[in-house]
Parts: sequence; structure tokens; C-alpha cells
Amino acid sequence: MITKDNYKNDIKKYQPKPKLLKNCIKAFIIGGLICVIGQALTVCYMNIFDMTTKQAGNPTVTTLILISSLMTGLGIYDKLGQFAGAGASVPVTGFANSITSAALEHKSEGIVLGISTNMFKLAGSVIVFGVVAAYVVGLIRYSIQQFF
Amino acid sequence: MIMDFVWAFVVGGAICTVGQILLDVFKLTPAHVMSSFVVAGAVLDGFNLYDKLIEFAGAGATVPITSFGHSLLHGAMVQAEEHGFFGIAVGIFQLTSAGIASAILFGFIVALIFKPRG
Repeated sequence: MITKDNYKNDIKKYQPKPKLLKNCIKAFIIGGLICVIGQALTVCYMNIFDMTTKQAGNPTVTTLILISSLMTGLGIYDKLGQFAGAGASVPVTGFANSITSAALEHKSEGIVLGISTNMFKLAGSVIVFGVVAAYVVGLIRYSIQQFF
Repeated sequence: MIMDFVWAFVVGGAICTVGQILLDVFKLTPAHVMSSFVVAGAVLDGFNLYDKLIEFAGAGATVPITSFGHSLLHGAMVQAEEHGFFGIAVGIFQLTSAGIASAILFGFIVALIFKPRG
């Protein structure tokens, strides 16, 4: 008898096994390289514009987002994502990629209903969870500081 | 100087590897992984641990999405010092607004100019 549960188990041996080690190495290298580019940008901003490490943070992230959005528009970043998996989606460039690719995907539905409405389809969850988590942790920390 | 780059590579790569393990072993979607990492960044910063990682690894800690959670909490705490409980909501986007605003702006412009592929 085929039920929903044993079907999943039965087809397991015919599904391709994800190559865990290979995928992890790819993610490590690409993710590491993106961070090295970020480090290089930070050093550039610190030397050229005489910024501190903290001040250089915003321009670095902005530059990475610009590069990633352009690469998404050109179709390069999606290929990188297929190759590197989490190595491309975990850095902040992956956040920009998810916004740009969702916007591009729905372009045919118009600027308002397509691009603008769907822009946060994937990135929205990141912002929602970030804000909720930061609010809760912030509330706890502030309470501890005030009352203890 | 060179070691800054090495540690940025190693730590950034390690965070991405954790993400890849979550994808492959625990069968999460990329959206779940990114959401979990943002929460993890906020919680780590709650214990003042993420700042130490940034000092150590530089861009290896600021470029992964975990730093988004860290910056959200940092902005919130700065305003909370000044305005009390309401400051948490006032400050939450203070440090991340550059990233979010530029992601929206560039995403919008790119979507206007380029044609969808694939």
C-alpha cells in the first residue's frame, strides 16, 4: 500500500543524495571570498576616506549590495547561488539578491503590483524575524539593566 | 593586515558552511536559514558575543546576514539608553537603514532596467 508517509521513504533511495562535503567546501570558499571582498572594501574606505572600522561598515555593505544587485540583473548571481548554495545566500549579498530577483521575477505584472509588491517576498521573513528577535532580546536586556 | 583577510575568509566561510549544513542535513529552505541566522545574530549580540567576533574577524562577521540581527539590536539598545522602553522601537532600524534602503533602491532600479532571465 502506498500512503503519503511510506511513499516518501520508498523514493528516498532513488533520489540523488546531496553531496554534503562538496557543497560545504563550495559554500565555505565562496562565502569566505565574499567576506574577503568585504574586508578589502573596508580597508579601502578606511584608507581613502579616513574612516574608522565602524564608519566603514555602512559603505562596505552598500557597495556589496550594489554589486550583488547588478550581478542579479545580469543573471550572474543566480548561477553563483546554484553553485555555492549557502555560500551565496548567507552573506548580505544574498539578501540583496533575494530582493532584486523577486522584483525582476514579477516585473511583467507591472511596477506597482509586480516589482514593488513582490520585492520583499523572500527578504521579508529576514526583516520580520530580525525585528522581532531584536525587539525581544532588546526588551530583556533593557529590563535587566534597569531592574537589577 | 594579511591575517585580517585570512580570518575574514575563515570565519565568513565557516558561517556559510553552517548555513549549508542547515540546508542539506536539516532540509531547511534558504529563507529559513537566513531567518534563523538573523535571530542567532540578535541573540548572540544580546550576550555581547557578536562584537567580539567582529573585532576578531572584521568583514568575516559583518558581511554574513547574522550581522543584520546584531545591528538591529545595537541600534535598539543605543536609543533605549536615551528614550527608555520606547527607544527600542525608535532605534531598531538605525544602523541597518543604509543596508535596507540601498537594497530596496538598487533592487528597484535593477528590476526596472534589466529583463528577467531563466
